[in-house]
Amino acid sequence: MAERQLMTGNEAMAEAAIRAGLRAYFGYPITPQNEVLEYMAAHLPQAGGAFLQAESEVAAINMCYGAAAAGVRAMTSSSSPGVSLKMEGISYLAGADLPCVILNAARGGPGLGNIAPAQGDYFQATKGGGHGDYRLIVLAPSTGQEAAELAGLAFDLSDRYRVPALILADGMLGQMMEPVTLPPPRDPGTLPPKPWALTGAKGREPNLIASFALEPTVLREINVKRYARYREIEAREVRWEEVATEDAEVLLIAYGTMGRIAKTVVRRGRERGVKVGLLRPITLWPFPYAPIRTLAERVKAILTVELSAGQMWEDVRLAVEGRTATPFYGELGGVVPTPSDILQEVLRYA
Amino acid sequence: MPKGKVVVDRERCKGCGLCVAVCPFGVLDLSKDYNSSGYAVVTAVHPEACTGCALCAQTCPDVAIEVYREKAAAGTPTRGAGRP
Amino acid sequence: MPEAETMVKVFARPTSLNEKHFTYCPGCDHGLITRLVAGAIDKLGVQERTVFIAPVGCAVFAYEWFRCDGIQASHGRAAAVATGLKRANPDLVVISYQGDGDLAAIGTAETIHAANRGEAITVIFVNNQIYGMTGGQMAPTTLPGQRATSCPEGRDVATMGHPLPVAEMIATLAAPAYVTRQSLHDPRHVAQAAKAIEKALRYQVEGKGYSLVEILATCPTGWRMPPAVAHQHVADVVTGAFPLGDLVDRG
Ligand SMILES: Cc1ncc(C[n+]2csc(CCOP(=O)(O)OP(=O)(O)O)c2C)c(N)n1
Ligand code: SF4
Ligand code: SF4
Ligand code: SF4
Ligand SMILES: [Mg+2]
Repeated sequence: MAERQLMTGNEAMAEAAIRAGLRAYFGYPITPQNEVLEYMAAHLPQAGGAFLQAESEVAAINMCYGAAAAGVRAMTSSSSPGVSLKMEGISYLAGADLPCVILNAARGGPGLGNIAPAQGDYFQATKGGGHGDYRLIVLAPSTGQEAAELAGLAFDLSDRYRVPALILADGMLGQMMEPVTLPPPRDPGTLPPKPWALTGAKGREPNLIASFALEPTVLREINVKRYARYREIEAREVRWEEVATEDAEVLLIAYGTMGRIAKTVVRRGRERGVKVGLLRPITLWPFPYAPIRTLAERVKAILTVELSAGQMWEDVRLAVEGRTATPFYGELGGVVPTPSDILQEVLRYA
Repeated sequence: MPKGKVVVDRERCKGCGLCVAVCPFGVLDLSKDYNSSGYAVVTAVHPEACTGCALCAQTCPDVAIEVYREKAAAGTPTRGAGRP
Repeated sequence: MPEAETMVKVFARPTSLNEKHFTYCPGCDHGLITRLVAGAIDKLGVQERTVFIAPVGCAVFAYEWFRCDGIQASHGRAAAVATGLKRANPDLVVISYQGDGDLAAIGTAETIHAANRGEAITVIFVNNQIYGMTGGQMAPTTLPGQRATSCPEGRDVATMGHPLPVAEMIATLAAPAYVTRQSLHDPRHVAQAAKAIEKALRYQVEGKGYSLVEILATCPTGWRMPPAVAHQHVADVVTGAFPLGDLVDRG
């Protein structure tokens, strides 16, 4: 039942989310993700789901908290400033072990910044953002097709581990028209049951959902248990793509939109006989430390390329631990480097 | 024979005195009996005067009082939600 | 107990409360309101459909005391959480229980918009004119001249604003089914408040929509008053600033 159709990345993610069994979406307008909100307004009610334009991003994430607690697949989308506002709610979702999918079509920052593609929200997405010891599953698509696939995966992983999942995209990915093959729709009734959900205490003990435990030893125990799940995710769910890494001398590391541009760099470099390869993290958390470490043993340099001042770069250096050179190339403010800009940089280490 | 009777759950009682103030017949008073949380527990010092009107229970913030009434005078039982 | 044969129980613990003890201070009206909410759940027979939302405030534990599903919301966001629950599953009976700092300061936006959309939820608004849990700071509802730890000389309306008339504000909206202000300062008012809570919950069950029950409550600890004196203060002073009664009834 696979259908291939031309659609924007934002539409692909929205439609894929609905097909994954999404039944409650709450959002607030902000560029460059308005198409997601609008797509949901037009299509989610027909699919039997609840759509509501919230009064703010704060309200939207808390509506997700309520809907997720009720046991349905819930989602919100926003862009950087709005995601900042959601952070308290995201921490509560994490602390209450509720599944939820959050899409960040990131933009230039800090502050109001601009609406150009940027990757300055990597720290916020992968290192906390909200308060407390928690993790989000962070997925970074680089094409419309992958965006659709990761939207579905985000719900499955989030439900399986009871950990909120964040899709880190940007406006370039969201607005680019590409052919996408969508998965068939799933009936929410066929998804694994959620015995913890708040459905009314009929014929069972009451279910309680909270992130609250005054007694330190109790809260520690809850956190320790959650960390065991995080360890399981780190062991089982790391995803990445490698391009021409077998004989690479210079390894590029880039994700999302930048990962897509880096692929072009590899192609052009190879055409000119430059032994350049690419490792593209697909999960930013859990981060592909191990494969990067393996490649670090045999390449001359690992060049991290980001639309930021070097955020993922910190994880790359943690993976490499001095095994090879770890230069960085970044652009700021929503400026996107061209493949030739990056190839120039690669040649310095080849 | 009194018309009513109160049973105070001494572990729930926090000795706030609201029931003492509201009882129209001076049935209740704070005692020198302290519960395990250290609160002086309320007791019926004049149980014979109790009418079973339940005003004390209606007022108790800790739901520490249950009220009984003579069958003849009882009417409909109240379960927490306001008087009949 | 020889009386047992001739006596019947006329006041018992609501069945939708479990056996746990409340964590409120002695004489705090929160306990009374918690009991009235449980009584209304009993009366309407909706214990198996109810989700109780506890706020951040002295009622933060309240979700643990009901024999109902429960959830703890972040500070001020209970109305949004209620919206999410109800939209995701309209069969649920959703009760949002919130203090005045929670509902009328940090959560004002969520409060107004949930009311304006006519979400089919019941909001219990505990107006004790103070931030109880954090130690007695000024609330949006603190009376003019009233002292609190963050306005030690008393609330000066010229710089700190006036007490926020929440029920009146919500009553200006087109959607709410029932908006009322109640008090607990004597048994008659307790009985009226019980009826109001029951009505608010019944309107939700009957699909009539949004209700807000504002309840003038005491905070003996924060007010530094013995509980009975605090009730007298509500009767003499607080009800003057916050008039009692139904503001909207579209039942
Ligand atoms: C975001 C956030 N800000 C502040 C607090 C601290 N805080 C906890 S309870 C509270 C005020 C509660 O006052 P109110 O809502 O009136 O409830 P009461 O305790 O009086 O019943 C505050 C400010 C918090 N938990 N979260
Ligand atoms: S039931 Fe009435 S008379 Fe008896 S103790 Fe309580 S308030 Fe007093
Ligand atoms: S009102 Fe309740 S808690 Fe207060 S003294 Fe009486 S029985 Fe005890
Ligand atoms: S601080 Fe005030 S509101 Fe909080 S439990 Fe104590 S008396 Fe009640
Ligand atoms: Mg308060």
